[in-house]
Amino acid sequence: MAMDTNLALVLVLAPFLGFLINVFFGKSLGKTVSGAIGTLSVVISFAVTIYFFLQINQTQQPISISLFDWIQISNFKVDLGFLLDQLSLLWLLFVTGIGSLIHLYSISYMHDDEKMHQFFAYLNLFVFFMITLVVGSNLLVLFIGWEGVGLCSYLLIGFWYKNQDYNDAAKKAFIMNRIGDLGLLVGIFIIGSMFSTLDYATLKTAIAGATDLNIYALSAAAFCLFIGACGKSAQIPLYTWLPDAMAGPTPVSALIHAATMVTAGIFMITRLNFIFDLTPDVQSLIAIIGAITSLVAATIGLVQNDIKKVLAYSTVSQLGLMFLALGLGAYEVAVFHVITHAFFKACLFLGSGSVIHALHGEQDMRKMGGLRKAMPVTFITMLVSSLAISGVPLFSGFFSKDEILLTAFEHNIPLYVVASIASIMTAFYMFRLMFLTFFKDFRGTEHQKSHLHESPALITFPLIILAILATFGGLISLPGNSWLNSYLAPLFTKVAGEAHHLGTTEYTLMGVAVLGGLVGIFIAYIKYIKQNNVPGEDESITGVTKVLYNKYYVDEAYDYLFVRSINGLSKFFRDYVETSLSALVFGLGKVTNEISYQGRKLQNGSIGLYLFAFVLGLCAIVSYIFLAQ
Amino acid sequence: MNNILNQIGIENYIFLSVVLFCIGIFGVLYRRNAIIVFMSIEIMLNAVNLLFVAFSTYHQDAQGQVFVFFSMAVAAAEVAVGLAILVSIFRNIHSISIDNLKNLKG
Repeated sequence: MAMDTNLALVLVLAPFLGFLINVFFGKSLGKTVSGAIGTLSVVISFAVTIYFFLQINQTQQPISISLFDWIQISNFKVDLGFLLDQLSLLWLLFVTGIGSLIHLYSISYMHDDEKMHQFFAYLNLFVFFMITLVVGSNLLVLFIGWEGVGLCSYLLIGFWYKNQDYNDAAKKAFIMNRIGDLGLLVGIFIIGSMFSTLDYATLKTAIAGATDLNIYALSAAAFCLFIGACGKSAQIPLYTWLPDAMAGPTPVSALIHAATMVTAGIFMITRLNFIFDLTPDVQSLIAIIGAITSLVAATIGLVQNDIKKVLAYSTVSQLGLMFLALGLGAYEVAVFHVITHAFFKACLFLGSGSVIHALHGEQDMRKMGGLRKAMPVTFITMLVSSLAISGVPLFSGFFSKDEILLTAFEHNIPLYVVASIASIMTAFYMFRLMFLTFFKDFRGTEHQKSHLHESPALITFPLIILAILATFGGLISLPGNSWLNSYLAPLFTKVAGEAHHLGTTEYTLMGVAVLGGLVGIFIAYIKYIKQNNVPGEDESITGVTKVLYNKYYVDEAYDYLFVRSINGLSKFFRDYVETSLSALVFGLGKVTNEISYQGRKLQNGSIGLYLFAFVLGLCAIVSYIFLAQ
Repeated sequence: MNNILNQIGIENYIFLSVVLFCIGIFGVLYRRNAIIVFMSIEIMLNAVNLLFVAFSTYHQDAQGQVFVFFSMAVAAAEVAVGLAILVSIFRNIHSISIDNLKNLKG
């Protein structure tokens, strides 16, 4: 047991140590050493995770570690503790695993940046907080990690802080996350006041054993928690920060804003599945929000020209699909999609980073094209991942997306239709991206053309690994024989983990989904290969495309509704309330000053006058005494 | 004890005291020499002391007389300090007329 505790501490603290070293000594250590330390610290965590994973896969026994009593007020008690069970270890596997690959990638990607050590420090800090979030044994520890990853996300989006747009994007992400965090916090308060505990295991037994559960309070708690998840996992209405978050360096987009941090909301809901199971209204809301987000983001993704923006909207859309699954109570399906998505989306982002790297920072797909020959490894890995995300059979995304669509079909046909349309759109915009980037002729400058090159091995190696995972990741949960479902089964109260048995309906749906994906790809092929279309300049965009290109003007609407109204309120307070308050305070000062100034004149230094005043006063007192009697 | 007051009535003590006090007041108001002003103040003080003693005898109560001792001690101290200040003022400006002492202007 002591050994488990120590190992768990190593698991959590290794990245933190990496952070400390990089933040204090990174500059003097040099770029390569600093990068190596950053990577190594995450690899250590990964190794420990594998150890625990193998152990728990054998014993099936969750490891619960309590370090010390943190807060104890009458009967309310919170430990600082870790819970290493099936869910947290699965999450840790891909957080630290993909994290290691992305650290490795960053060594090469960030090598020209003078603040590389700082970058690695932030990345390490992020991994530390993400691990804290995942392994915490209660909601408060989760909250620490939750806030911490938000902070690191802010720091890394604004990493190139000399660009004001990037700073604004960082602030936007932070503020939007704060709105969600407030929801999470209120949810935690409600749960704490209802059950006097925040510990997952205790909560689970308390809820299972409760006889007169206040379902309204519980629904309120679940709703607030869902708001928190909305903020972190970029769901409507709090999704707008994620596309802007692409201002950060590409490895950050891959690690934080695609593979790990944005799945925290899904982790939290899966963790608290026993609460959400009891609140069907909130579940329906989650499903509907998820489906709508998925569709809205996919439609925006159709027309974006920035390679990273396309991927960002694709991420929002895929997260929407995961929420749809969560809302339908199919937690293991959502987790499955989280994992496959982490593989192929990280690969796609890193691939786009490789492209951007080769083009010296160019992100506009209209100025790319024909990169296939110059960058074969990047091309093939990205192609594999695109096939996976489009749901082409035998790639990982096919299995996970198919599970989600199947679940949606069983529960709610309209949601199924929405999700299917989103999937078709996904296939279209992913291949639009592929065709515009890698096919036809190069549309950039001659200078860029002469410098086109495949990225170095440190960049292509993680790409290859991720592409392999994106291809075979689906094996962990094959329909009819799902390792994942049986692995996760102890977590869930309801027996929703039953694998879909394959019947005619299932095969038909699968066929429809595959056909849809292929149609999407085919349309993209016709449009961008056969007809050789290239999206026009920003000014030439009209009609529906313009609405989509401008993201439904949601940012503008938010700006109008919230930012301006709050600015107006601030202006009112500044111009009227503050002015009158300060007038009052200054006025009081002025009156006192004036009285003193006048009183000063009495004191003219003439002793005769003083004596006169003294006698006068005496007379006054004496006459008062006599008259009063 | 009462025979003193029998010989001269208490009213006379009060009149004397009032007269002395008024002399003191007028001295303070009219004279410009700081030492005379000082003396006038002392006269006022002693007028009050006299009243204290007279009433003390009248009421057969020693408290008033005890109080006078204190008052006299304070007056002595005050005179010592006050005269010292006057001497030092005179050394500086060669005058003790209170019209010349305007440095305390606010």
